[in-house]
Amino acid sequence: MKIITLLKRAPDTEARILINREGTGIQEEGVKFVISTYDEYAVEEGLRLKEKMGGDSKVTVVCVGPEEATEMIRTALAMGADDAVHICDPAIKESEPFITAAVLAKAIKDNGFDIIFCGKQAIDDDMAQVQSILAEMLDIPQVNVATSFEISESGDKAVLRRRIEGGDEKVETQLPVIISCEKGLNEPRYASLPGIMKAKKKEIRTKALADLGMADAQGEIRSKILKWLPIPKGGECKVVEGEDVPTAVKELVRLLREEAKAL
Amino acid sequence: MQFELTEEERMIQKTARDFANKDLAPVAAESNKTGEFPEAIFKKLGELGFMGMTVPEEYGGVNLGTFCLVLALEELGRVCASTAVAVSVHNSLVNWVILKHGSEELRKRYLPDLATAEIIGAYAVTEPEAGSDVAALRLSSVRDGDEYRLDGTKIFISTGDKAGINIVFGRTDPKDRKGGISAFVVENAFPGFSIGKTEEKMGLTASTTVELVFEDCRVPAGNILGGEGDGMRIALGALDGGRIGIAALSVGIAQAALDEAVLFAREREQFGTRIIDFQSTQWKIAEMAMQIEAARLLVYRAAKLRDASTPCPKEAAMAKLLATRVANQAAFDALQIHGGVGYTKEFLVERLFRDARAGEIYEGTSEIQRLVISRRVIEEYERMFPTE
Ligand SMILES: Cc1cc2nc3c(=O)[nH]c(=O)nc-3n(C[C@H](O)[C@H](O)[C@H](O)COP(=O)(O)OP(=O)(O)OC[C@H]3O[C@@H](n4cnc5c(N)ncnc54)[C@H](O)[C@@H]3O)c2cc1C
Ligand SMILES: Cc1cc2nc3c(=O)[nH]c(=O)nc-3n(C[C@H](O)[C@H](O)[C@H](O)COP(=O)(O)OP(=O)(O)OC[C@H]3O[C@@H](n4cnc5c(N)ncnc54)[C@H](O)[C@@H]3O)c2cc1C
Repeated sequence: MKIITLLKRAPDTEARILINREGTGIQEEGVKFVISTYDEYAVEEGLRLKEKMGGDSKVTVVCVGPEEATEMIRTALAMGADDAVHICDPAIKESEPFITAAVLAKAIKDNGFDIIFCGKQAIDDDMAQVQSILAEMLDIPQVNVATSFEISESGDKAVLRRRIEGGDEKVETQLPVIISCEKGLNEPRYASLPGIMKAKKKEIRTKALADLGMADAQGEIRSKILKWLPIPKGGECKVVEGEDVPTAVKELVRLLREEAKAL
Repeated sequence: MQFELTEEERMIQKTARDFANKDLAPVAAESNKTGEFPEAIFKKLGELGFMGMTVPEEYGGVNLGTFCLVLALEELGRVCASTAVAVSVHNSLVNWVILKHGSEELRKRYLPDLATAEIIGAYAVTEPEAGSDVAALRLSSVRDGDEYRLDGTKIFISTGDKAGINIVFGRTDPKDRKGGISAFVVENAFPGFSIGKTEEKMGLTASTTVELVFEDCRVPAGNILGGEGDGMRIALGALDGGRIGIAALSVGIAQAALDEAVLFAREREQFGTRIIDFQSTQWKIAEMAMQIEAARLLVYRAAKLRDASTPCPKEAAMAKLLATRVANQAAFDALQIHGGVGYTKEFLVERLFRDARAGEIYEGTSEIQRLVISRRVIEEYERMFPTE
């Protein structure tokens, strides 16, 4: 079984994010980067499926990202993935979902696939679009925000659960399929030291757009980020004091009308 | 001179850090109260490869070397010094001496189990009459056919009771003070071996410190490391690595103290302002951060020398002396910044303060480190400018 897991390099969730002066991105200095958290669940689920299927099943990590993303790819290989495709091209500057999906679709088709795991969203830009665009481009079903996954005996169907308001939704799908993973799906393993040693010898196929037969990613842009803005500082909090509730409410209404001009 | 970690080193550090934060921290909080030995933690450390870091792959290890080991020990020491001590002793003393001085048969018999934490290793030198003065040790070790008969006691042995094997230094020649010492691999299951008193310590509560009792304990002659009389040389050779390990975990303690101090000082308000706004707090933070960085660099350098097989007694002693001092000072200052609550068990700094203290005593007291350093320095001058 050809198992694909998608992986994005993203700032550590614990890092404090500051917008750069030009408003074109974040300040990367001093920020630690990691595998985008939900993608870790995807890698883990891919590895579990491989272990279950055995035989010549293989987990291939596919990543669109800068050169520095090799470290995250290598970490996934150290967790146990077999090999990786790293699409790294200066022409792909911003993470624009349509471009990312188009590039991924081409790389995944070239590699071949039976199932694709990815995170439910990237932890940096939170767009949660790539998996759906990719599903369309590959013309395969998608199941999003999966909290459990089970492959059928025959290996051509899967049963998943999705956490929705008030309960779980149980979904059956045929393969090939793309599944986006939610926290709780599994507990990702650590990259063990023997794993880290083995990962050194595993293959990362680095590809530029030209290698995928794509002339220029710019033509595919559907949306453009105009500017990154810091979150506006919250206003001052005012507490209306007083034991007598009706009086306090009157004061609150006065403040809302005269000071906040909200009424 | 290279100050950046490689990709591989960063990955190892990350695994150690994630493991320390997610798996070890909750267990450590408990086991440092109860004194319960966190056995499952060692199993996991074994699975991840941390118990065979300097052991070649042919013996089941990952052969990453001392530098990677210190990266891991700092992360473990930051969260639980007790655990880190056991990992340090296991890797840099026990595995090391078996690899360097054990026969092929001994290596094959013990290293694979040690490297995967099937068994834990402990290291027994200290006796009631022999602390800093290692050559004063007396544990009677008499050849008897194809066995040695061991009689006597060892004290203060970390994890000695939880271990599958102890490396035991005994006296094979009563007349030759330094040349009459030999080292043996003693399985805790050997007849005549038992555990005596357990020390009630000030800190390192999750690590047991016990007395080993040898009563007509029979050790196969093949379990000797090196040859008869090689004990002192073996002990001294391993010490550098041991000291680098203790230094690394002490940097971890110091780092934890700084982390706790800054996070606390940002929250706590007195006199209408956060205490981190007081210059006296800021100066403590500056001092801690600087000292930690200096200690860490000494540890890194000593570890690099060790990996290059360059003898480094001076550098290892410097690293240990500074790092353990820094850990104590940082824990002291962090507790001070906490004020009264820092003196209670509810806050981590209280444990850091107690755990840091042992660093200036075991694997050579701070005085002994100064002795080692000064001897080397004076020797170096003697070589450059010989006295007439
Ligand atoms: C928590 C803990 C764990 C330990 N684990 C182990 C273990 O696993 N295995 C093991 O073998 N041992 C272990 N030890 C023992 C430790 O190695 C000794 O405590 C240490 O070597 C000091 O020996 P001592 O306690 O006998 O002190 P002493 O040697 O009696 O020293 C007392 C004081 O005299 C000073 N002093 C001694 N000689 C000199 C000198 N020549 N010049 C100047 N000052 C000197 C010392 O610095 C010290 O301040 C452990 C100790 C502790 C506290
Ligand atoms: C064992 C023990 C027994 C005690 N017994 C009693 C008792 O019987 N009765 C009682 O009333 N209290 C008692 N206390 C409380 C004790 O008096 C306080 O802990 C002490 O006054 C410090 O206050 P704090 O803990 O709130 O620390 P904080 O005042 O919050 O201080 C935290 C840190 O900030 C520093 N800091 C605070 N203000 C400044 C400043 N302006 N400039 C520079 N640095 C500053 C402090 O020096 C300290 O390092 C006891 C405390 C302990 C530990």
